[in-house]
Amino acid sequence: MSGARPGEIFLSVEGVSLSFGGVKAIRDVSFDIAKGEIRAIIGPNGAGKTSMLNVINGFYHPQRGRIAFRGQTRHAMKPHEAAAHGIARTFQNVALFKGMSTLDNIMAGRTLRMRRGLFWQALRHGPALSEEIEHRRFCEGIVDFLEIEAIRKTPVGSLPYGLQKRVELGRALAMEPDLLLLDEPMAGMNLEEKEDMCRFILDVNHQFGATIALIEHDMGVVMDLADRVVVMEYGRKIADGTPDAVKRDQTVIDAYLGVAH
Amino acid sequence: MSLLYQLFVDPFVQMAGAPDLLVQTIWEGFVGGVLYALIALGFVLIFKASGVFNFAQGIMMVFAALTLVGLHEKGVPAYLALIATIGVMYVLALGVERLVLRPLVNQPDIILFMATFGLTYFLIGLGELVFGGNPKTMITGELYLPSGSLDLKMLGGTVSLQKIDIAAAIIALAMVAGLGLFFQKTRIGRALRAVADDHQAALSVGISLNQIWVVVWFAAGIVALATGIFWGARSDVSFALQIVALKALPVLILGGLTSIPGAIVGGLIIGIGEKLGEFYWGPIFGGGIDSWLAYFIALAFLLFRPQGLFGERIIERI
Repeated sequence: MSGARPGEIFLSVEGVSLSFGGVKAIRDVSFDIAKGEIRAIIGPNGAGKTSMLNVINGFYHPQRGRIAFRGQTRHAMKPHEAAAHGIARTFQNVALFKGMSTLDNIMAGRTLRMRRGLFWQALRHGPALSEEIEHRRFCEGIVDFLEIEAIRKTPVGSLPYGLQKRVELGRALAMEPDLLLLDEPMAGMNLEEKEDMCRFILDVNHQFGATIALIEHDMGVVMDLADRVVVMEYGRKIADGTPDAVKRDQTVIDAYLGVAH
Repeated sequence: MSLLYQLFVDPFVQMAGAPDLLVQTIWEGFVGGVLYALIALGFVLIFKASGVFNFAQGIMMVFAALTLVGLHEKGVPAYLALIATIGVMYVLALGVERLVLRPLVNQPDIILFMATFGLTYFLIGLGELVFGGNPKTMITGELYLPSGSLDLKMLGGTVSLQKIDIAAAIIALAMVAGLGLFFQKTRIGRALRAVADDHQAALSVGISLNQIWVVVWFAAGIVALATGIFWGARSDVSFALQIVALKALPVLILGGLTSIPGAIVGGLIIGIGEKLGEFYWGPIFGGGIDSWLAYFIALAFLLFRPQGLFGERIIERI
C-alpha cells in the first residue's frame, strides 16, 4: 500500500487560510488529492484537521485560498451543494438522525438521488413508489456490505458506538460519493472494530471506487491504509508524502514526540 | 363542607343525572380541542424543523382566514379565493425564510423568537391595511361547508351536533393523518425528520435547510388556514381570534413542544377539560372560567411533568 498511485488530481486545496476571530485554525495550507487514492490527514490535537474537512465540504468558508474540484475552482460552497457534487462525509462525534432507524438513516443519504416531485411523493403513488423501492434495494445492498442486517430497524440512538459509526459510513455510501471524507472513523473503537472498519474502508476504495480523505490518530492504521499523508500542526502543513517518508521526517517526529529544548 | 360538596360531589351527580348534557358538553369540548390541536400542530411543525418557537402562528391563522374572506369580499369567487390564499401562504413561507430565518441563522433562540413577534405585528398591520379592521363573517356557505345541526336522540335526551363541527373534526383528522404519512413515508418527510434530528448531518447528506424551512412554514400556513376557516365559522374573522390561538400554549405545555401526537392529545385534554370545567364547575366561581382554566391545567401539569406528555425528556450531564 505504499507509494502514491499515479492518478489525475481530483481535488486540490490552494493556499487556504481560515480563522475564527483571532484564532487561526488553518494557515496557508495547500495539498491535493489524487483520483482513487486514500489520503490521510494527521496531526496533534488542534492542528486544524477537522477544520480542513469542514472547508472541503462547505461547512466553513475560508478567508483566503481556493479549492479546485472537478476542474472547477471555488472559494466557498454550501454544504448541500458540496453533497450534490459528490462529496460525502462522516463526523468525529457521529452525527446520525438518532430517532430514525438504521435503514431510514441510510435512506436519508439517498435524498439527492430521488427526483420525483413533492406531488407524487405526497400521494405515495406511481413513479414515486417505484422510485422508493429502487432506492430501498440500493440501501439494502449497503446494509449487507456493512454487515448490519440485524439492526436494520433499530433506532440508531440505542446502538453501541462502533455500530453507529458503521451506520454513519453507510449513510455516506448511500450518496454514491466520488469523494468520501472520514473524520476519525476509528475513534473510540476497540481493536476488533478497528480492523472491521479498516476492511470496510479498503473495500469502499476498491469496490466503489471512491476517493477517500480521512483523519486518523492511530498511526498504525494510517500507515496501513493511506497512500499519501498530509501532516498538520498549529494550522500549518508540516509534511506531505508517502507514509514511510512521513514517518522518517524529523519535523513530524518533533511534532509528535516533542523537541528537546 | 358545603364548598367541598360543591367541588367534588355535585358536578358528578349532575353528570350522572343528565348524561345527554354530558355527551353534548364533551362533544363541544372535543371540537374545540381538535382546533386547539391544529394550532399547536403548526407550532410543533416549525419548532421541530427550525427550533423556532413561532409566536406568529396564531396570527397566521387569522391572517389566512382574513385573506380568504377579504378576497371574496373584493369579488373573487370562493374557490379561487381559497387557492389564492394557499398561494399567499406559500409566498409568506418564502418571505419568512428569505427575510427572517436566513439572515438570523445561528443566532440565539431568543432572537428568532423575538423576530416572530415582529412577524406577528407585521401580519396584523398588513391584514388591516389590505382588508380593513372590522370583523368579517366566514364564507362557509360559499365553500360548500355544511350548516345546520344533526340531532341525535340518545340517553333520554337530544344531543345536537353542528354539521360544521363534524366537518371540522373530519378535516382536522384527515390533515393530521396526511401529515403523519407525509412525515413517515416520503423523501421530504424523511428530510424533515433528519433536519429535526441533526442540522449538521442533514446538511452533509445534501439536504438544503432553506428548502426545508420553506416546506414547514408552508405546511404550518396550510394548517393555519384550515384552523382559521373553522374558528372563523364559530365566531367571526377578526384579530380578536388570536386570543384563541394563545390557548395553544397550554396545549403545547401538555403535549410537549416536539410531539405531534402530544399536540393532538394535549389539544383534546384542554378542549374537553375546559368545557367540562366551565359547565359543571364554572357556576361555583361565578362562570367564565374557561378563559383561565386551560392555563391552570397546564401549570398543574408543569409541576409534575415539565417535559409534557410526549416531549423529549432533557437530561443534562453535569
